[in-house]
Amino acid sequence: MTEVISLDRLQVTYHSPDSREPKIAVDDLTLGVRQGEVFGFLGPNGAGKTSTMNVLLGFTHAAGGSASIFGVDVRQPIARRRIGYLPEMTYYYKFLTAEELLRTYARIFGLAASETTARIDELLALVELGHARKRLIGTYSKGMQQRLGLAQALLNRPDLLILDEPTSGLDPLGRMKVREIILRLKAAGKTVFFSSHELGEVESVCDRVAILHHGQLRALGSVADIAQTDAGSLEKAFLRIIGWANAPQPNAPAV
Amino acid sequence: MKTTLALAHLVILEMVRRKDVYVLFVLTTLLTLVAAAANIFDDTRVVRYLKEVSLTLIWISGFVLAVTSAARQIPAERESRTLFTLLAKPVSRWQFIAGKFLGCWLACGLALVVFYAFFGAVAASRERGLDVLGWFQAISMHWFMLTVPVALALAGSLLWAAPSSNSTLTLLACFGIWLLGRHLHKVAVGLPEPGATLLTLVYFTIPHLELFDIRDLIIHRWPPVPWLFWLGAMLYAAAYAGMILTGAWLLFRRRPLN
Repeated sequence: MTEVISLDRLQVTYHSPDSREPKIAVDDLTLGVRQGEVFGFLGPNGAGKTSTMNVLLGFTHAAGGSASIFGVDVRQPIARRRIGYLPEMTYYYKFLTAEELLRTYARIFGLAASETTARIDELLALVELGHARKRLIGTYSKGMQQRLGLAQALLNRPDLLILDEPTSGLDPLGRMKVREIILRLKAAGKTVFFSSHELGEVESVCDRVAILHHGQLRALGSVADIAQTDAGSLEKAFLRIIGWANAPQPNAPAV
Repeated sequence: MKTTLALAHLVILEMVRRKDVYVLFVLTTLLTLVAAAANIFDDTRVVRYLKEVSLTLIWISGFVLAVTSAARQIPAERESRTLFTLLAKPVSRWQFIAGKFLGCWLACGLALVVFYAFFGAVAASRERGLDVLGWFQAISMHWFMLTVPVALALAGSLLWAAPSSNSTLTLLACFGIWLLGRHLHKVAVGLPEPGATLLTLVYFTIPHLELFDIRDLIIHRWPPVPWLFWLGAMLYAAAYAGMILTGAWLLFRRRPLN
């Protein structure tokens, strides 16, 4: 099966103000995400998930190894033509309306003007923001902004969707909606690569997962394969893999 | 080009909705009206003097608008983290810089047209007629001159994170060049070495913004400058802006965004 994302011995470093030596965020990471799969990218905070995503999106450059999307080096902007990206927090121009924002992004993706209007209508209906399309984004609630984020991520009919904590800050209904959209995209043959701390959510939508810890790949495989040794629980497997299950447990506070 | 234009459109929309231009316009308008009112005394020297004051205000407003708007573009994108959503799309860093530059410059152009149109209307009503060619040259050269401060402020925002520091330094540099640039080589003659050589080098390196200042054409109703000079000035500004923007791109090209 064709690999949509391909990381080969990827190394990412960063400069910390308290050290002259660069620190390693991602170390020798090799993995491939296949076309049409929903891939969960897991790890505790500081594991290197965001650093890896930053390289994939061209925000930072790899210190070593290589990363490509659809066979194109991620340093080329063209690699991002078929990508949809939803950041963890919503970062949109507050002085624009939802419609203006989507129209601006549509121009960047080179969508035809005739197609743009229909696509915007379709997406705003999908995320239930049709009624607020003429309102400034600055007046939106957090949930509305997150839904708008999803709309902009789907604008160019992406073949690969990169989602960073897609359900963070959403209410249960919003979470269900995101899950539903992910599964719908999967059914349409799209690839979804997402990071999440919600292991239940990962279990319910992912075909395969990778677990990162201290910048290194600790596990890679199907959810069933990884959870197999821990009585089928991905959560237990995750805690064991990152070494938390063996660590001394803090005493539970008295009630 | 579509991407660059889309980004430029975004900058113009932001500037229109931020109201900065309106404040500058109101201030300039008030002072222009004061200048216009002076005509009632029928003293042409006073009117000429006040025309100079109005045009100088338009020049200062142009600098302030160009520098402050360009200086905040990249820091604001980083602070609000809109930069990340934008650069996750097929937008190269060069297109990002070019879009920001074009947006600020076009917005400044729009503001200049409003300033000059208002001042022109007042002047025409007092002096019975307008030298259209002279006015066209003055506005176009002023507008092209602004490519340099806009490019400088954008490049500066990659060196100084705080827009206020960047704006102050860029404005100081621009006003310094505008007011003193033409005298540097004369000062250099009287200096001992290596100061003389250094100052001469500075004189030949800096973009001479004063070359674009043809306010006297309007003030004294002189004939337009030769069109070859006008064209040369446009190319001169474009070359400097291009060089500064290339420098900005080199700074930004591989900068990690975290």
